[in-house]
Amino acid sequence: MQSQATYNYKVVRQFAIMTVVWGIVGMLVGVIAAAQLVWPQLNVHEFLHFGRLRPLHTNAVIFAFGGCALFATSYYVVQRTCHTRLFAPGLAAFTFWGWQLVILLAAITLPLGYTTSKEYAELEWPIDILIAIVWVSYAIVFFGTIARRKVSHIYVANWFFGGFILTVALLHIVNSAAIPVSLTSMKSYSAYAGVQDAMIQWWYGHNAVGFFLTAGFLGMMYYFVPKQADRPVYSYRLSVVHFWALIFTYMWAGPHHLHYTALPDWTQSVGMVFSLILLAPSWGGMINGVLTLSGAWHKLRTDPILKFLITSLSFYGMSTFEGPMMSIKTVNALSHYTDWTVGHVHSGALGWVAMISIGSVYFLLPRLYGKSEMYSVKLINAHFWIATIGIVLYIASMWISGVMQGLMWRATNPDGTLTYSFVESVKASYPFWTIRFIGGAMFLGGMLIMFYNMVKTIAGQKAYDAPVLAPAAAHA
Amino acid sequence: MDINDFRSLITVLGLLCFLGICAWAYSKQAKAGFDEAARLPLSDDDLPAPRGRQDQEGKTNG
Repeated sequence: MQSQATYNYKVVRQFAIMTVVWGIVGMLVGVIAAAQLVWPQLNVHEFLHFGRLRPLHTNAVIFAFGGCALFATSYYVVQRTCHTRLFAPGLAAFTFWGWQLVILLAAITLPLGYTTSKEYAELEWPIDILIAIVWVSYAIVFFGTIARRKVSHIYVANWFFGGFILTVALLHIVNSAAIPVSLTSMKSYSAYAGVQDAMIQWWYGHNAVGFFLTAGFLGMMYYFVPKQADRPVYSYRLSVVHFWALIFTYMWAGPHHLHYTALPDWTQSVGMVFSLILLAPSWGGMINGVLTLSGAWHKLRTDPILKFLITSLSFYGMSTFEGPMMSIKTVNALSHYTDWTVGHVHSGALGWVAMISIGSVYFLLPRLYGKSEMYSVKLINAHFWIATIGIVLYIASMWISGVMQGLMWRATNPDGTLTYSFVESVKASYPFWTIRFIGGAMFLGGMLIMFYNMVKTIAGQKAYDAPVLAPAAAHA
Repeated sequence: MDINDFRSLITVLGLLCFLGICAWAYSKQAKAGFDEAARLPLSDDDLPAPRGRQDQEGKTNG
């Protein structure tokens, strides 16, 4: 039975294009902030000061770039694997415009200095309320679509997207609970105090990594890797265990962000143990994705989209090995507050999150405009290599400077005084900050190539909405 | 029952629940359903019609 109805590709197109646009904006702000560390005289105005640009960078890359990529892919995957049109198209359109408004408000208020000072949750209370409304609408659209699926099974990618949507709603609403000074004031105070506030903040912060930056992107992996490799996922049963293992363990790992603080010692130890346990599901998932290529390895040689997807999994494996190691208290004593943390984050953010998003968007764009491939496959390949070299420069320089900083800060003379003053460690970091700036600029350059390729792919093409297909007989 | 007994109980139940899921996922009866589910994205032809079909080689049970 072939109906004339088409999938709702419009909202997917909008989010896919904005993924590239916000990627460029967010990474540009990151490159500027990196340059400010090398050349402090670039801190030209209070609005453009490092302290205000840095949260703008993190919000833009995580919630604008990553967020748009998640919206685009989840709306695409849920429709295709459920063989049904998106539920509540008006609400879906609202999630697009609402989310863009959130991003715009962030880009205005953060440079103006409005901040809750909670990391990755800096936006003030009126914007937080808007985020909550958009997010609940997202959940209604997503789960509404699942509810009217035409196949009996809910494909594993949708489980990951669903887990990500529910958990982020919970995290955002709990952590953002605050009391405004007055209804006309942007200023608010957290509903929690003291060490509870810190613990809730890092319960939020770590699960933002675990669910926003991991579970959602694993949803992408479980759809786009099999699709691009034209092979079913290596082990479906492993994917089920992978999902539930992440769900059961991630929530407990937050305290590792608060080692050697006022947080009770036992809580720190629980956080460390659960962080170590997390290695197992993370690597299980990574292996499951990589081995999907069994028997199709030759495709890696010619297909740059597959290169993006598989390299992202290698970085996922690397950073989910590094993370548990850094959560060990004695290692953390060296690594915390140094550039090592920054390197670790970018190994995950550029290597895993950005690369899987870029691969997925390259997969989506032609399909959303009625074509079978991008304007230039060669440019995708160029993008891949520039991005990969950029990441390697970035994280290698941060590892070296991080370990160096940690060692310099803890070095003492025989009489117990510190060997180095803080500013000496700053001075020693300059060469590595310069290399980091170059690496970041290369990654940004790759995004500009992507933008050009996207414009050339879309130019002169009509937007295309694929017909809703009846599921293959076996799945109905 | 003390609130802390309740907290311990929830943790233990969580672990048992997870082990149950593992046993179910690796059971023989779940396998056929999983094999079919794994093909869900692949048996869906998502390339645009005109030039798309000829490009897609090795399409199975679609």
